[in-house]
Amino acid sequence: MNPRKDLLDIESLTDEEIEFILGNAVPFKDLFKRSVKKVPTLKGQTVLTLFYEPSTRTRSSFEVAANRLSADVTHFDVEASSVVKGESVVDTVETLESMRLDYIVVRHKQSGIPNLIAKNTRASVINAGDGWHAHPTQALLDGFTAREEIGDLAGKRMVIVGDIQHSRVARSTSLIFRRLGVEVAYLAPRSLMPRETPADVRLFSNWDDTFDWKPDIVYLLRVQTERLDEPFFPSSSEYHRTFGLTDDRLTVLRQRGLHLMHPGPVNRGVEITDAGMSYEKSLINQQVENGIAVRMSVLYWLKPGGLVT
Amino acid sequence: MSEPAKRLLLDPSGVTGAVEDLAGQINSGTPAGKRLTLIGIYHRGVPLAERLAAAIAKRGDHEVQCGSIDITQYRDDLDRFAVAPKLYGSDIPFSIDDEHVILCDEVVYTGRSVRAALDELLHHGRPSRVQLAALVDRAGRELPIQPDFVALTVEVADDERVAVRFTEVDDQDAVMIMAAKEGAS
Repeated sequence: MNPRKDLLDIESLTDEEIEFILGNAVPFKDLFKRSVKKVPTLKGQTVLTLFYEPSTRTRSSFEVAANRLSADVTHFDVEASSVVKGESVVDTVETLESMRLDYIVVRHKQSGIPNLIAKNTRASVINAGDGWHAHPTQALLDGFTAREEIGDLAGKRMVIVGDIQHSRVARSTSLIFRRLGVEVAYLAPRSLMPRETPADVRLFSNWDDTFDWKPDIVYLLRVQTERLDEPFFPSSSEYHRTFGLTDDRLTVLRQRGLHLMHPGPVNRGVEITDAGMSYEKSLINQQVENGIAVRMSVLYWLKPGGLVT
Repeated sequence: MSEPAKRLLLDPSGVTGAVEDLAGQINSGTPAGKRLTLIGIYHRGVPLAERLAAAIAKRGDHEVQCGSIDITQYRDDLDRFAVAPKLYGSDIPFSIDDEHVILCDEVVYTGRSVRAALDELLHHGRPSRVQLAALVDRAGRELPIQPDFVALTVEVADDERVAVRFTEVDDQDAVMIMAAKEGAS
């Protein structure tokens, strides 16, 4: 395995690297049961969270992960910074470069910004979500969670439901599951299905056909409510009726013992019901807990090396 | 393990005898009736701890429980790896609070692994006492750490290392002297 500086997407990971990250996440998760939930691994290293787009969950997940590795964590408050005064990303990174950071965790609404930052800094850059492009740590934690629950995923089937077109989660998560041997399908309104989809991904436009395909995992995407006003997007009640996990569809999941996943935060009454939230085979809470372990594993994997042995 | 041994110190029956000897020392060095917690340090401290636990339990004087510790994240030379080492994880499925712990390592050399193991151990809880058992003791300490129980003390040159082999992870039981390689301890 070669040393790596950044985690920008799933595409650039080798199978060995995916196994390394997922495998090491197991002992990291075991730490949470200890009286001291912390290891000295990143003592003296500085992690900066640079979020141009708000996300309390992902940001705190990274912060808890970095804290449990004994790193020092700082948040760069974009709202309060000169970025709002028009400073470019590259200028900001040049400023940050003088702080001798070891990691920069970036989220940006524009695809490709983490790559741009990675080229302009010595720090390890972790993409925490960029535009419609990628969300690699979400994908890794999803893969880890499914494997923890189900075991070997080869030959299993997963359907991702929702706004595929505008979803970096769909992109990264479908990719990692396919790498882990899972058959993946998309279920989406035609207006929210990407024009180009990978050849090995099945496409569905209704739940009946999807259930006939016999998926093992149902992965609901979050409906981005700000899109509900857009002309091609169904209304929230229409979305719920046609593509949401209604109580009737939940009954099918329960009868067949299917696993349910969601990247959070959920919109109750849109993609899921209250009953869906308490479904016993839902992995949604495990995804959150595992997010910390997997992000610890990513930070550890990118730990800056010294001498080559 | 294709590299040739320079000198064989213990053959399989010698290893069995040395483990028995170490178990005997621990057994007689601990008041009867006390529960012992053996924690093996990855890698070969783990089979050592398991063998010692079985041998001590057979003597019937002590209740014994056994766990393992992966010290990777507590190493003081992590910065020297180009790529982070794979983690195996620690497996201590019980509380070590107020327990009498015996750390088990196949060779005590610089003392740095034991330092790391102590630091990690104390993050799992607060044992009443911690002792150190090693199959082999060799000179070269870089920290003020000494084993309480030792089966074999050997003298080796600076450019040599002591290699312990256990069938649980290797193809044979043996203790031998080999040419030192980078990063070995």
